[in-house]
Amino acid sequence: MNRRKFIKNAILFFPAAGVFRHLLKDAQAKPGNGKYDPANHLYGMGVDIGKCIGCGLCIEACKKENNVPKEPFFCRTWVERYVIKRDGSVTVASIEAQKEKPRAEETDVLRSFFVPKLCNQCDNPPCVQVCPVGATFATEDGVVLVDSKRCIGCRYCIQACPYGARYLHPETRTADKCTFCYHRIVKGMLPACVEVCPTQARIFGDLKSMASRLVRFTRINKIHVLKPHLNTEPKVYYAELDGEVR
Amino acid sequence: MKDMLKRIPEQIKRLAVVIAVIITGVVTVRYFILPSSLTDGRFHRQSTVERETAKNIVFAGATICGNCHGDKAEKKKAGYHKTVNCETCHGPAQSHIENPANKPAMSGGRDFCVFCHAYDQSRPTGFPQINPVLHNPLKACITCHNPHDPVPSQTPRECSACHAQIASIKTVSPHALIGCTSCHNVPEKHKVSPRSVRPTKPDTREFCGKCHRKESDRKDAPKIDLATHGERFLCWECHYPHRPERM
Repeated sequence: MNRRKFIKNAILFFPAAGVFRHLLKDAQAKPGNGKYDPANHLYGMGVDIGKCIGCGLCIEACKKENNVPKEPFFCRTWVERYVIKRDGSVTVASIEAQKEKPRAEETDVLRSFFVPKLCNQCDNPPCVQVCPVGATFATEDGVVLVDSKRCIGCRYCIQACPYGARYLHPETRTADKCTFCYHRIVKGMLPACVEVCPTQARIFGDLKSMASRLVRFTRINKIHVLKPHLNTEPKVYYAELDGEVR
Repeated sequence: MKDMLKRIPEQIKRLAVVIAVIITGVVTVRYFILPSSLTDGRFHRQSTVERETAKNIVFAGATICGNCHGDKAEKKKAGYHKTVNCETCHGPAQSHIENPANKPAMSGGRDFCVFCHAYDQSRPTGFPQINPVLHNPLKACITCHNPHDPVPSQTPRECSACHAQIASIKTVSPHALIGCTSCHNVPEKHKVSPRSVRPTKPDTREFCGKCHRKESDRKDAPKIDLATHGERFLCWECHYPHRPERM
């Protein structure tokens, strides 16, 4: 091979190799094999107060899906019943699934409604700030998780959560909370509570996708979050939220 | 400067050396000897994410049931229960999908339907609700309502729907053209709760006398004198009003 031929080949080879490599990279990246990339997602939930009928099926479904202890006082999600009287007094009670007997009807009621609650998966979570061992953290896709192997059960986070969303799991003795059913959502399924809600009072979706039901929900409704003055930046969005709800 | 150093007592210098060695040691171990996986939070977070992701799925999801139970899904799609997923009533079904022999725990009966449909003043206006104590007690909901396509059950508009025997007798009697409600006062609730809310019956001789007394101007009705005709008895103790005949 003389020098001229070598230079000629080299001029052709290097750009061609570069193009080929680029094509190969593209071909590998494109199918993606359905691989889940948390950077492409940011999850949130919408709650339509006007649609909640307080049936309590979400609580039951959550307990079945996530092995939450059966005792009624441990819940990852719960539903509060607000009764606002004419004299301005407000009673709030966490409901249990209703049995044959109807609830006692109260008199002098101004407004009454149900408010489903769960972990707000804050963008600025107070529970993460106080954890002394770094056992709780926010994932890239916006869900606050607890590392049950690292948690020492000190209950700081339970105290710190302004929404009361955490509890100490009586078997593992570690803090536990709603994860938006993380094992379901990464597979493209809905959280169990959303799945069973008979009136679609709960709407789940991806805030990074303009086509998601949640983004549409936040677009067509007037949205409030709970305790906005705490700057926790919750990702549970309420429509038709009453001013009395704390 | 040299004076300054000389003025420091010997024991302090030695202590400083020891502290320096300890600090260097700790820094070396922490930043150069320990593998980064031990100190980096990313890795234990990753393992938590993996642990969460590996958890069991219990609820199969709304769309998959229709693959086998297409007829039910098709029926439900247009009805009032279109927003209610199969698993809301039938219970979690992932194990049923993995092995069809595992039947999902069906929650049926009045105890379940009232979770949503019992009256509660906190429920949104317009949501269909009943009082489970008064609404056809002890009767299973599915005898009147199909849960896959629930419609408000047709309440009988004609009395004959339930009182067919009386109706057939009456059609051949002289009273055929008189409507049931001319004599019975029927509250609207009787159609929904027939046993607890009952219609009235005429309870005076004067009621029949409106047509049948001597002074009445109804031409086709047989006339009697209320003062002398069986004064001790009420009319229907002798005449069956749904098929009255002369005695």
